[in-house]
Amino acid sequence: MKFGRTMVVVAAFALNLAACDQQQDQSEISDEDVQGTAEMTQAIEEMAPDQMALLQDKRVLDDFAKTLDSEKTTHIQRVISPGGIEAWLVEEHAVPLIAVEVGFSGGARRDPEGKEGLAYLMSGLLDEGAGDLDAEAFQTRLEDLSIRLSFDAGLDGFYGSLRMLKEKRDDGFDLLRLALTKPRFDAEPVERIRSQILVRLKRDMTSPRTIAQRTWFEEEFGDHVYARPVRGTPETLPGITADDLRGFLGRALARNNLKISVVGDISAEVLGPLLDQTFGALPAKAAPENIPQAHIPVEGRLIVVERSQPQSIVFFGGPGILLDDPDFFPAFVMNYILGGGGFSSRLMEEVREKRGLAYGVSTSFNPYDYAGVFFGSVATENERIAKSLSVIKEEIARMRDGGVTDKELQDAKTYLTGSFPLRFDSNARIANQLVGYQMTGRGIDYIDTRNDKIEAVTRDDIARVAARLLNPDDLTFVVVGEPKGLEPDILKNAP
Amino acid sequence: MGAQEPVAAEETSAWAPETFTLGNGMQVVVIPDHRVPVVTHMVWYKVGSADEPPRKSGIAHFLEHLMFKGTKKIPPGEMSKIVARNGGQDNAFTNYDYTAYFQRVALDRLPLVMSLEADRMTGLVLTDDVVYPERDVVLEERRTRTDNNPDSILSEQMSAALFKAHPYGKPVIGWENEIRSLTTQDALDFYHRHYAPNNAILIVAGDITAAQLRPLAEQFYGSIPPVDLTPRVRAKEPPEVASIHIDLRDARVQQASFRRSYLAPSYSTAKPGMAEALDVLTQVLGVGSTSRFYRALVVNQALAASAGSWYAGDGLDYGRVGLYASPRAGQTLEHIEKAMDDVIADVLENGVTAQEVERAKSNLIADAVYARDNQQSLAQAYGSGLTTGESVEDVTTFPDKVAAVTLDQVNAAAMLVLGQPGSVTGYLLPESVTQ
Repeated sequence: MKFGRTMVVVAAFALNLAACDQQQDQSEISDEDVQGTAEMTQAIEEMAPDQMALLQDKRVLDDFAKTLDSEKTTHIQRVISPGGIEAWLVEEHAVPLIAVEVGFSGGARRDPEGKEGLAYLMSGLLDEGAGDLDAEAFQTRLEDLSIRLSFDAGLDGFYGSLRMLKEKRDDGFDLLRLALTKPRFDAEPVERIRSQILVRLKRDMTSPRTIAQRTWFEEEFGDHVYARPVRGTPETLPGITADDLRGFLGRALARNNLKISVVGDISAEVLGPLLDQTFGALPAKAAPENIPQAHIPVEGRLIVVERSQPQSIVFFGGPGILLDDPDFFPAFVMNYILGGGGFSSRLMEEVREKRGLAYGVSTSFNPYDYAGVFFGSVATENERIAKSLSVIKEEIARMRDGGVTDKELQDAKTYLTGSFPLRFDSNARIANQLVGYQMTGRGIDYIDTRNDKIEAVTRDDIARVAARLLNPDDLTFVVVGEPKGLEPDILKNAP
Repeated sequence: MGAQEPVAAEETSAWAPETFTLGNGMQVVVIPDHRVPVVTHMVWYKVGSADEPPRKSGIAHFLEHLMFKGTKKIPPGEMSKIVARNGGQDNAFTNYDYTAYFQRVALDRLPLVMSLEADRMTGLVLTDDVVYPERDVVLEERRTRTDNNPDSILSEQMSAALFKAHPYGKPVIGWENEIRSLTTQDALDFYHRHYAPNNAILIVAGDITAAQLRPLAEQFYGSIPPVDLTPRVRAKEPPEVASIHIDLRDARVQQASFRRSYLAPSYSTAKPGMAEALDVLTQVLGVGSTSRFYRALVVNQALAASAGSWYAGDGLDYGRVGLYASPRAGQTLEHIEKAMDDVIADVLENGVTAQEVERAKSNLIADAVYARDNQQSLAQAYGSGLTTGESVEDVTTFPDKVAAVTLDQVNAAAMLVLGQPGSVTGYLLPESVTQ
């Protein structure tokens, strides 16, 4: 297949991505990709001397600089439908496509106890029959119109994604309406999608990374809903009924917890009425939630899950920071320097570049709605994993005790601010960004103010948040493999 | 439900690339996308794992890692940091037939990344103290990708069985024992033989025109001298005469799965229309929930949780067609394989329908339109096409060629590939005898 829609199996043919798989976006899981425009203020002349040495004929560069147009901006419109439904719109007529993203706050965390996997099962079923169309008819209609419609569930949100050619605009919105408001949950697709998820769970258990993550979530979140697996378990999935699905639909998908972004070849005038037609039949209010803050144990542990494999896969984490915390941006910038910044990070330098201990090592702050978490991961052969872990702990302690240098801070800022526009180079990316901002309560001016918040971070801010947030002894490490030279607090066997 | 009019290439001028060639033989492709002032800058080399010398598997990919280790002007590891300090992202990837390096940057930083990329085309400096730790990194990469993962091990074994003579039978990352013995000199030899402007393609996608790019390309890449290149002649495969069956049993496997691979022509080796027909065929058989395999195995017989097919047509010498399925609880792989074979037998005997062909065509054409939303996807499509024997026009006119595919061609493609006497079937199984 030449364009798009790459499948896992095809990827095996093009197996070898290289250099660094620590894509920067990973560091910003929370600060989801966004931005309006780039202010391309720094001119070529301001390059560092080491870079200028490579540039020979300055006239060519001057001529190029004259062609630059710094006026392009991503303009976000707030569209309110006649019925009062809000969407953020970016009109973009250059490509004959429309991307729509919707998010409902409160995803899998709304699953009732014993019915884990309910939201995720529903995400597989909304496009498997709705209104008068049974599953086959609905899918055939999507394919005949070349419309891409999919749903997904995370801990904090339930998401829908719609892509269509502009001439299929009204059909696309109408299929989204049917899927959200009149899903059928017929017996055949319910059993079929349930069986797919059960198979998926077994496949997940072949992945050491998934085993490590699941173990961490269960051990550290304890009784909190965040400990529950989004995709459910082999025990809970068989018990979920069509009535459960209908009940969940009515409780979880409503107009008051809905966020919408639209990017592409469509105007505000056309979008307004379409919002009412598409979402107007949703219930006005979602069922209230009563979710407590999660408390991650402060005492770190070392958990080893024994599994026969040549390399130990490690997932670690501890208490982090919430998005609305005033220290979020300092923490975010600090993490870039520690382990979020790919080859520019201290961990990459110490673990990979200097010692050849791992292909990748990274850390991130993940702010869930009801828990801030600091995560990290690494993979090293069993004989040397103990060394990787000691280097990581030393680096975390060094950051806690010594903060960062002026140069590190400056380099982090130029990357984080300068790369922001890269998140806005396609309709699909912009739509994803905008729904993420709305889901996390950020304002429509966020893309205009985000870089200022990064620029404002000082070394003192970083020293403060490092002392507050980082302590290697607080982190729980889950190691999957046959590690040598570790003394685990808990020893388990792989499933 | 009637199939739609194919969304054919309307005004291609708005997005179709321009191309020109520098005096030293380096091809340049400009893919315009003026929505935001951002560019993707890529240099693709026409060299990959299939060009490696005997006993040196993995050297193409290892060299790709080492290309970040500095030049006379740039210290080891600095290049990625310079790119990051300028708000850019960089990476690289290796495949059977190509190796590519890229940066994503704001438009005003394009000259900077061009200067860095041109510098390392001929200026690489390697010393043992940076090479050997990186070899350990590659071994860790291999453990993560392959050795920790029974699925990947089976893929590796199936490729080795499908390609008996041709180097596509070797894994791109290399066999572990051969990676362990790669040296600094091996990397430098490979570098000097293959890294040159007349073996490279520059692709810049984003907010740029050919008129803007040409002086920059001349400045940074135009003065690099070409080298004598040896033709890319690889061993030919003997005819596939036998069906090979591979069982991989592994205690780590919880979910069994079925896979099969067939040798096929690629876009650059197929008769006109045949590769496009294979894309249509595999779409009809196995992409989406209206496809033949999905309807038969997943919906109607409820044997499988998933089932499908794919065509990888971007090889310089060969393509391949693959089938896959995962059984539902209580079903055996033998049942799955029988059901897949029944679908194939039906297609070989009765053909597919005109309606299926039209639906598949309009979805393939729509994929090409959707790809235009992403400058990296477009650059990727042109880069892989141009390093595997296609022209810019071949890639640009893909939608027109798909639109021209006939029912007879699709049925002929099925006979050509699925009607072969030989194929490789893989079973991924838990260690216990019962599935």
